[in-house]
Amino acid sequence: MMALRRTMLYLPGNNPNMLMRGHLFKPDGVILDLEDSVSLGEKEAARTLVRETLKNVDFGECEVTVRINGLDTPFWKRDLEEVIPWGIDGIRVPKVETPQDVKLLDEAISEIENKHNLPEGKVQITCLLETALGIWNAYHIATASKRVTAICPGGEDLRADLKTSRSENSEELVSPRRMVVLAAHAAKVDPLDTVFADITDDEGLRRETQWVKQIGYQGKSVIHPNQIPIIHDVFTPTEKEIAQAQKIVQAAKEAAEKGLGAVSVDGKMVDRPVVKRAEYVLQRAGLLEGGE
Amino acid sequence: MAVNAVGRDIPSSIPGYKDDVVLFRGATKRLPKGNRYGKKNRTTFFTKTDKTLPNIKAAIRESGLQSGMTISFHHHLRNGDYVVNMVLDACAEMGIKDLVIFPTALFGVHKHLTKHIQKGVIRQIQGSVNGPIGQLASEGGMELPVVLRSHGGRPRAVISGDVKIDVAFIAAPTADKYGNLTGAYGQSACGSLGYAHTDADYAECVVAITDNLVEYPAPYIQIPQTQVDYVVQVDKIGDPAGIVSGTTRVTRDPMRLLIARYAAKLIESSPYFKEGISFQTGAGGISLAAAAYVRDAMRKKGIKGSFGLGGITSFFVDMLEEGLFRQLMDVQSFDLAAVESISRNAAHVEISADWYANPWNAGCMVNMLDTVVLGATEVDRDFNVNVNTESDGALLHGIGGHQDTASGAKLTIITTPLLRGRIPSVVDSVYTVTTPGEVVDAVVTEFGVAINPRRQDLMDAIKPSKDLPLVTIDELVEKAKKLAGDMAPIEHTDRIIGVIEYRDGSVIDVVRQIKKK
Repeated sequence: MMALRRTMLYLPGNNPNMLMRGHLFKPDGVILDLEDSVSLGEKEAARTLVRETLKNVDFGECEVTVRINGLDTPFWKRDLEEVIPWGIDGIRVPKVETPQDVKLLDEAISEIENKHNLPEGKVQITCLLETALGIWNAYHIATASKRVTAICPGGEDLRADLKTSRSENSEELVSPRRMVVLAAHAAKVDPLDTVFADITDDEGLRRETQWVKQIGYQGKSVIHPNQIPIIHDVFTPTEKEIAQAQKIVQAAKEAAEKGLGAVSVDGKMVDRPVVKRAEYVLQRAGLLEGGE
Repeated sequence: MAVNAVGRDIPSSIPGYKDDVVLFRGATKRLPKGNRYGKKNRTTFFTKTDKTLPNIKAAIRESGLQSGMTISFHHHLRNGDYVVNMVLDACAEMGIKDLVIFPTALFGVHKHLTKHIQKGVIRQIQGSVNGPIGQLASEGGMELPVVLRSHGGRPRAVISGDVKIDVAFIAAPTADKYGNLTGAYGQSACGSLGYAHTDADYAECVVAITDNLVEYPAPYIQIPQTQVDYVVQVDKIGDPAGIVSGTTRVTRDPMRLLIARYAAKLIESSPYFKEGISFQTGAGGISLAAAAYVRDAMRKKGIKGSFGLGGITSFFVDMLEEGLFRQLMDVQSFDLAAVESISRNAAHVEISADWYANPWNAGCMVNMLDTVVLGATEVDRDFNVNVNTESDGALLHGIGGHQDTASGAKLTIITTPLLRGRIPSVVDSVYTVTTPGEVVDAVVTEFGVAINPRRQDLMDAIKPSKDLPLVTIDELVEKAKKLAGDMAPIEHTDRIIGVIEYRDGSVIDVVRQIKKK
């Protein structure tokens, strides 16, 4: 089944309690964070803690990624060296601005994979686009390496780069979000949305998630476990949607068996894109194998 | 020394407790013999229509209280209580010594008693100790061992004659001059007076202490004039801020919510989740959140419960008013909404501790309970639970209704994080046994739910799912060890500073003096 990335939960790399328990809240993925949640003085300790966590904790079905420090810092190479040998699924890298950034990272990862006799190319990359330049280059970044599996627009850093600030409806992020989602689908990688910062505003989170889902996002980064059920709820197809999709897929199957091209469901003609969409709904609901 | 049914070495004689200690043999093994205890007859003629006395000292004199006697208190004023401290201050000033105090519970505010312990005014505490007094006792600061009983075990001890109360001092938020008492009204209102009833019935002398003396007869009488010998009015019996909390809110702590969700799912998947379900939860974070999830499931499936039991919060009051319970059985009202509801809603019933949980009567409430969600400081491979001692061996908590509800409920769920900080809560063997594993059905942690192998029927009825990950208790112990490493054993001396009675009066465990840090 296609791996879901509805919720990617950040776990502060200096918080053993969260590192140990984060996966218990059943996000689709966990992100062990060495960047923003760790102060400069704690970088070394957090790296050790994250490494030990990777060695000792069974994360179950969660996709495991590590957010390393930016390529403009002295930390990122050491970050990679400590975490890649322990079987992680991917690296999340902040402030990517150009395809060259991705290539640099790709090579560094390959080097470590080779050194540890790991299959080359298995570790994926999620790029955070937190500047106007990064957003502008989104498609080229997403296609710069086969490792790139998802791209995400930034939040606060991006606002700062855009010389603006947070508004009630995040008006300032509408265009960047749309550009990223377009680039991601063009490059066939997952568009994942940024975090929703107000952890007590359940309704606001639901509204924002509904909106990003509607414009094509596949999931969101999460900063608090209580946000997970709300986002899952939004991204999980309703029973009505599932029933309709099953009807369409069944009709298409029968038509194919009979050698018919066009299908009609409830008096409406159903063409290929509609069937594709229905199949996607069933995949999301865990009712259909396969995927892109 | 002899080993009891939970494998604890218990001396046959414990100085200051009993010369012939009864060992715990199993949850339903000890049966009562003989008749109930009764206090002396008395009469009051029409010539006496006013029982008020000018102050506490006058009441102490009239009651006949002398050194070496036993005095009792209830804990409905919780951490706002002034009465225990006022009475002991008066005793000290009057030169009374060597008292046994027999409270239903003590709180942090009773730290004040430390000086009375040190000066010999108080010789023994039979009741829960916590905070500074618990620490003092744990380090050997009391001459005689603390005796802990459950909320049901205490009235059992009184009614059977194990403990004779000489004078009961009953804090009364409202009283009249002839001794009718209520907790429902007054500046220090606390709602139910459930824990005071047995004391009012059985103490040789009953003194009511109030800060709201009203015209006769008082409204909504909970303890009647027939039981009360004297009434004293004081300025304040307590601090309302410490007596009841505001509205009780459900936690947002994700780990507590996760544990609560598993506990609720377990209830929902059990055979007991059906029309007429009854349940009890504490007011603690996990318990209350579990109740919220169960409530949501009841709404969704259109299930109506029969009764909610125990310490009552606004949360249960709302469920009553919504029709999700037919009745609330209230031994203790935790917050303002519960206090306001008790006198206004006939379906919100005050019950005594005897009615609530005493194993030695014709049937207490806990026997009718379907499910209870309880906490623990530790639980072990045998499902034995410790709620009394902390990880350093200090005796800091009472038993509450833990043993009683666990023993009565058809589904007893213990909720606890697997680790607190880096200290495991699921261990090989608990330091102190409060509640025996034979009455515990499941342990719920954030790392999964372990069902007691004694409950094969429950295991057969429950399907594991993503929302209800089943594990064994041994897996939980091993997981905790892996995450936390080995713990150093608690260092203690041989001296017994606490006796933990099971609700039937047998000894389930003892607590020994810890080595001072």
